[in-house]
Amino acid sequence: MSAILDIVASAGLWAAVLRIATPLIFGTLGALLSERSGVLNLGIEGIMTFGAMVGWLAVFNGADLWTGMLVAAASGALFGLVHAGMTVSLGLSQHVTGLGITLFASSLSYYIFRLTVPLASTPPTVTPFQPIAVPGLSDLPFVGPALFTQTLPTYLSIAIALLLAYVVYRTPLGLALRMSGENPHAAEAQGVDPIRVRYGAIMAGSALMAMGGAFLTLSAFNSFFPTMVQGRGWICIALVVFASWRPGRALFGALLFAFFDAFQLRLQTVLGDVPYQIFLMMPYILSIAALAVMARRARVPQALMQPYRRGER
Amino acid sequence: MRLERREHRPLALVVLSPILAVAAALVLAGLLIAAAGAPVLEAYGRILTGAFGTRLAATETLTRATPLMLTGLAAAIAFRARLWNIGAEGQFYLGAIMVAALGSSALSGLPGPVLVPLLFAAGAIAGMALMLVPLWLRLRFSVDEVVTSLLLNFVAVLFVSMMIDGPLKDPLAFGWPQSMPVADHALLPKLIERSRLHIGLAVAIAAALVIYLLQARTVFGLQSRAAGLNPEGAVFAGVPLGRTLVKVACLSGGLAGLAGAIEVMGVKGYVTTDLSPGYGYSGIIVAMLANLNPLGVIAAALFTATMFVGADGMSRAMGIPTYIADVTVALSLLTMLVAIFFTQYRIRR
Repeated sequence: MSAILDIVASAGLWAAVLRIATPLIFGTLGALLSERSGVLNLGIEGIMTFGAMVGWLAVFNGADLWTGMLVAAASGALFGLVHAGMTVSLGLSQHVTGLGITLFASSLSYYIFRLTVPLASTPPTVTPFQPIAVPGLSDLPFVGPALFTQTLPTYLSIAIALLLAYVVYRTPLGLALRMSGENPHAAEAQGVDPIRVRYGAIMAGSALMAMGGAFLTLSAFNSFFPTMVQGRGWICIALVVFASWRPGRALFGALLFAFFDAFQLRLQTVLGDVPYQIFLMMPYILSIAALAVMARRARVPQALMQPYRRGER
Repeated sequence: MRLERREHRPLALVVLSPILAVAAALVLAGLLIAAAGAPVLEAYGRILTGAFGTRLAATETLTRATPLMLTGLAAAIAFRARLWNIGAEGQFYLGAIMVAALGSSALSGLPGPVLVPLLFAAGAIAGMALMLVPLWLRLRFSVDEVVTSLLLNFVAVLFVSMMIDGPLKDPLAFGWPQSMPVADHALLPKLIERSRLHIGLAVAIAAALVIYLLQARTVFGLQSRAAGLNPEGAVFAGVPLGRTLVKVACLSGGLAGLAGAIEVMGVKGYVTTDLSPGYGYSGIIVAMLANLNPLGVIAAALFTATMFVGADGMSRAMGIPTYIADVTVALSLLTMLVAIFFTQYRIRR
């Protein structure tokens, strides 16, 4: 028991929580933005993989780290454009299109990576984002090292969550977004073009997803390897439901989830005789449990997964 | 310019759509090959010879197509009922580990003709059990089964990893995490001598025929299609929706579990965590390319296997990463979706 208390009382755990949460925050916000406009984007897993690869590749070829993040975001927006074209303009199955985008984007990532980076026994690395100590705050005992010595993208992800919470609920743009996801016919009657809103939301959301992926290769780690996203995208999709499609709760959900993940990583060293696979299963089982608890309570955007065609009911 | 729904779907277009989709995917993937600086036509030529150029290559392609047919059927039958089973990968692995557990246990004392069908059934049941979890969550808690079945893939592979690193670990494998081998008489007979091609292929083709008849000729087939086309309407017409979905889930999960069982008994003889190069996910592509038609699954699985096996040989000769095969089949899924759309709609100015 005291071992468990020791884990919770260590600043290292809380620093890890923010680090683990960052890609989930980006991904969850991206998925949330898209779903709020009425379109499920299951391309997330592949888009994160591609963002991780292309952001890393840009930096590996001499770009600076923020350019790498931007390249990743742009690539994400491009995949978003494909998804939007197929699901919004053509009204194809959002499930199957998204899975197709995931399969395409991840295999394309591996193809480009293998083609441009020769096989080596140790994977090539880049110099990742360095932790920034927030002046003043980082000197606070415990709280300082726990919360205020992160890399810049982590702070950025939290800022975007707060910004999105404001935009979604307090601006005309947010109203247009919510209307497109709740009742596109009514939105159209009010002079909002749901098709344009959906294109924009999907592309911006996909850009966020790709930035979440790029965080993995440019901050959390310093190299790219296949399958490194490891279902984080699917976990984000579950977190959106857990958050009941609200940006603030998405931030909270991602942090809570990351807390459990960081906790179990440290618990492994205490409980050495339990097979490590049990611990690795936890994030996935936890996501499923969160879905089961929240699915009925969450307020789903009413037009989620319904294609909108002008003049058709 | 606007889209207009067609009054009826022209048969020629429906038949041609997979061919057009694959052609479009090959053109797009060709751009990637060209970008890598390789001659595109020669690359595709080498993929064909790599897949069918020799007797060995052809049997290898058919061996690779076998699990794809089964996972393709698993996806096709589920998608037809709008049950989004994306968990075939996990179901495949559970089927495989079940066979490894029973096939290396005291049960393996049974004679082959009893043991082989028993192991088939055990693998299928393991797959079914895993698919019933997301279905139960959907029926009980209204949880979208796409995400839960996807997440369970990771759980299943970790479970297999735990088993082959623990109770089922082969002590003679020099420390490698792999399961104990199944008994020799549990291995499937070969279809062709001196190749890896086994009777699993016949089982997969038979399964496709059975599913086809089931869908075309039985009440269950009608009910499962009704459940997919219009769930509310189906309930109104007296279709027991929950019970139909349970049957569909059992068939779908069972086929994926059977694929894992057959792969162990036909090819490897034991289980590792790289037993499947994504057969579960490729099955989704196979099903869509087949337009969810069980007989079409056979052809679509052959195409997919051709790309994978052929790309191995092409890659060695031309230095193009084998991932080009994954890219091409993923692209063909997307182009197929668009092709299906244009069998239903046309562009009017």
